[in-house]
Amino acid sequence: MPLDASDLGAIWLTVKLASLTTLILLVLGTPIAWWLARTRSWLRGPVGAVVALPLVLPPTVIGFYLLIALGPHGWLGQATQALGLGSVVFSFTGLVIGSVIYSMPFVVQPLQNAFGAIGQRPLEVAATLRASPWDTFVHVVLPLARPGFVTASILGFAHTVGEFGVVLMIGGNIPDKTRVVSVQIFDHVEAMEYSQAHWLAGAMLVFSFLVLLLLYAGRRGKAGWS
Amino acid sequence: MTGSIVARLELARDDFTLDVDLLLPGRGISALFGHSGSGKTSCLRCLAGLERAASAYIEINGEVWEDSASGYFQAPHLRPVGYVFQEASLFPHLSVRSNLEFGWRRIAPGERKVSLDQACQLLGIGHLLARRPATLSGGEAQRVGIARALLSSPRLLLMDEPLAALDGPRKREILPYLERLHDELEIPLVYVSHAQDEVARLADHLVLLEQGQAVASGPIGETLARLDLSLAQGEDAGVVFEGLVVGHDPHYDLLDLRLPGSSAPLLRIAHPAHVMGSTLRVKVQARDVSLALAADSASSILNRLPVRVRESRPADNPAHVLVSLDAGGNALLARITRYSADQLGLHPGQALFAQIKSVALLG
Amino acid sequence: MRIRPLHLAATALASLICLNTAWADEVQVAVAANFTAPIQAIAKDFEKDTGHKLVAAYGATGQFYAQIKNGAPFEVFLAADDSTPAKLEQENEIVPGSRFTYAIGTLALWSAKEGYVDAKGEVLKKNAYKHLSIANPKAAPYGLAATQVLDKLNLTEATKGKIVEGQNITQAFQFVSTGNAELGFVALSQIYKDGKVTSGSAWIVPSALHDPIRQDAVILNKGKDNAAAKALVEYLKGPKAAAVIKSYGYEI
Repeated sequence: MPLDASDLGAIWLTVKLASLTTLILLVLGTPIAWWLARTRSWLRGPVGAVVALPLVLPPTVIGFYLLIALGPHGWLGQATQALGLGSVVFSFTGLVIGSVIYSMPFVVQPLQNAFGAIGQRPLEVAATLRASPWDTFVHVVLPLARPGFVTASILGFAHTVGEFGVVLMIGGNIPDKTRVVSVQIFDHVEAMEYSQAHWLAGAMLVFSFLVLLLLYAGRRGKAGWS
Repeated sequence: MTGSIVARLELARDDFTLDVDLLLPGRGISALFGHSGSGKTSCLRCLAGLERAASAYIEINGEVWEDSASGYFQAPHLRPVGYVFQEASLFPHLSVRSNLEFGWRRIAPGERKVSLDQACQLLGIGHLLARRPATLSGGEAQRVGIARALLSSPRLLLMDEPLAALDGPRKREILPYLERLHDELEIPLVYVSHAQDEVARLADHLVLLEQGQAVASGPIGETLARLDLSLAQGEDAGVVFEGLVVGHDPHYDLLDLRLPGSSAPLLRIAHPAHVMGSTLRVKVQARDVSLALAADSASSILNRLPVRVRESRPADNPAHVLVSLDAGGNALLARITRYSADQLGLHPGQALFAQIKSVALLG
Repeated sequence: MRIRPLHLAATALASLICLNTAWADEVQVAVAANFTAPIQAIAKDFEKDTGHKLVAAYGATGQFYAQIKNGAPFEVFLAADDSTPAKLEQENEIVPGSRFTYAIGTLALWSAKEGYVDAKGEVLKKNAYKHLSIANPKAAPYGLAATQVLDKLNLTEATKGKIVEGQNITQAFQFVSTGNAELGFVALSQIYKDGKVTSGSAWIVPSALHDPIRQDAVILNKGKDNAAAKALVEYLKGPKAAAVIKSYGYEI
């Protein structure tokens, strides 16, 4: 077995982190994407830009600010302490918070595009057929935006799996809590354990390729609005 | 006001300002007719609540849907309207059946006035239920769209150029279904169109919109005959009648139609036997009507009606004049040469005979 | 005589190269993260005194090893340990005989809070903290030394759930300086200037509690013909550099 218990622990932790992050992002990102796709408010630009920031910022910048903000002197850290959550730096919760921010654009943008592509008409049709806005959202918008949700989930999951800089900055490299695969690979390289690094890195490469393959293959049959 | 549709709307747009005060009959088909950009669609969208006018008062058969003076606005999904869009706009993720049932499911069972079977029969779509919208032809899709709107048991049906996106044969495929709606349903229908033939065929009441203003509103027969409107100038200008079937000559295969009104004359048209007592809509074009001082029976002309001149006006072509006539309470339009008008000594109140070269049966 | 034009060109080229090298040599140095502050101070003097230019990259020793093995353009390597330079020597990656110990690191238990760490490190045993920051012991010698200290004090079990690892000694320091970890094992050089701790509170860990943290330097094969590389190594051995190194809390 080329992978030891700590490698497997890191893989399991990574899967757990990516799944939870994706789930939270779908719940959080859907209303944000919907708002961005529909609003005519002047806030659309600024909010869109903030959501897209992780696309261009080095993860270390996000990690560094999170380290400070979530720390005992930061406003987020003081908030979590006031809420009785204690400090979330060096914890799985902290990684989830970091990953949600880090992967946000990868979920929000496909959703926003999917919502935008639906256009005004189906919503109007539904309204004239007695569907309330919420009813319309559940029974018309969500099914029509399904390809967007699939893309968003895959990208959100895969991008979280590939996360490194943020985890490095706020994780503390704790086995089974914050030591994810990417950090584990880095560790192996640092410790000159190149064979283990190879196995993990190779697995990551194959995984990423399969994810993208799935995404591009699935894009062919998309339903349009007739 | 009970039994009518009231819509007072003011809405400023980039390219025009809509400012109308409409009073439409609470039953039958009212057509909003005008060029594109005249504000027809905006009117319809305001009625449905899809657009919010700066100032609006909307009352449908006694029920107020919107009154901006008191800040009242009923959300579109709470208005019992059926809306048929120019494109069928079926939900692509649902089968034809689920599309049809979409609105039907969302009203209380006690308020469902139309059943799926009825709607399918009315529009001839029973065989399409299991299909996906993407597999339907344009005409089929539009029929499903109409049936879907009907199945939400609306108290007002709105159609926004439902035939405009279809080619000639598809239009002819749907028109009979629309006529059946007219004949069989009690729901008032507001129909937006820029096609005069559709309007002549379907509408009972006609509103002419120009640049956001309603320049005319009245029963179809009268409005089409008004000389002050641009409608009378067109090549296709003419009037429509609802004729009551009162007799049939089997030997010559001629059908007798009585026009509305007590002293109304008969029209004879070449047509097979038809149910006695039913009504048929016919159109008489202005260019097919000639005028004579005496009833000259020695000609091939079939219809010769006693008429009285109401007024005359120059036509857009200087050689012609347009004449509005009264045929036993029914308005008739004639387009004759100015020379002929002078020869006849044409003047209001003059008694003449209108010779009708052809009568087009609509539908 | 026929070869004269070529000869001329070659001479011109050669003199150009000579000119260039004599002008000012530049030396590319990979520096262990803990030695960041001292090398910056030393570089200023070195550049002034010799006219050479020092270009430094800071990072983890293990990472530098991987980069050097894969053709990184470093000419001098100031490692955080002695084993990595020894390994490079075995693998013929360095100029033979160039390896020497330029500093011996001192480990400190440090907190950003005044008065939190006592002069004897008793705070460790009180167990009143949530996070103890150390450098990754697999990759960083200061991290390894930290685990040796905990072992010696029989605190390995007690601290197990509290240890957070920085990838290198800089990050271990960062966790403490931002207050996310109440205390941590850092390099004394990171918190020490001119004979005293610059901020917070610290316990300078007695060297008997861990293996000596020998930090070795080497001239890599890429720096074989660079006069500036040789000059830098000589400079590091000199009294001026030694004074600076000591002022940051290293032994020599």
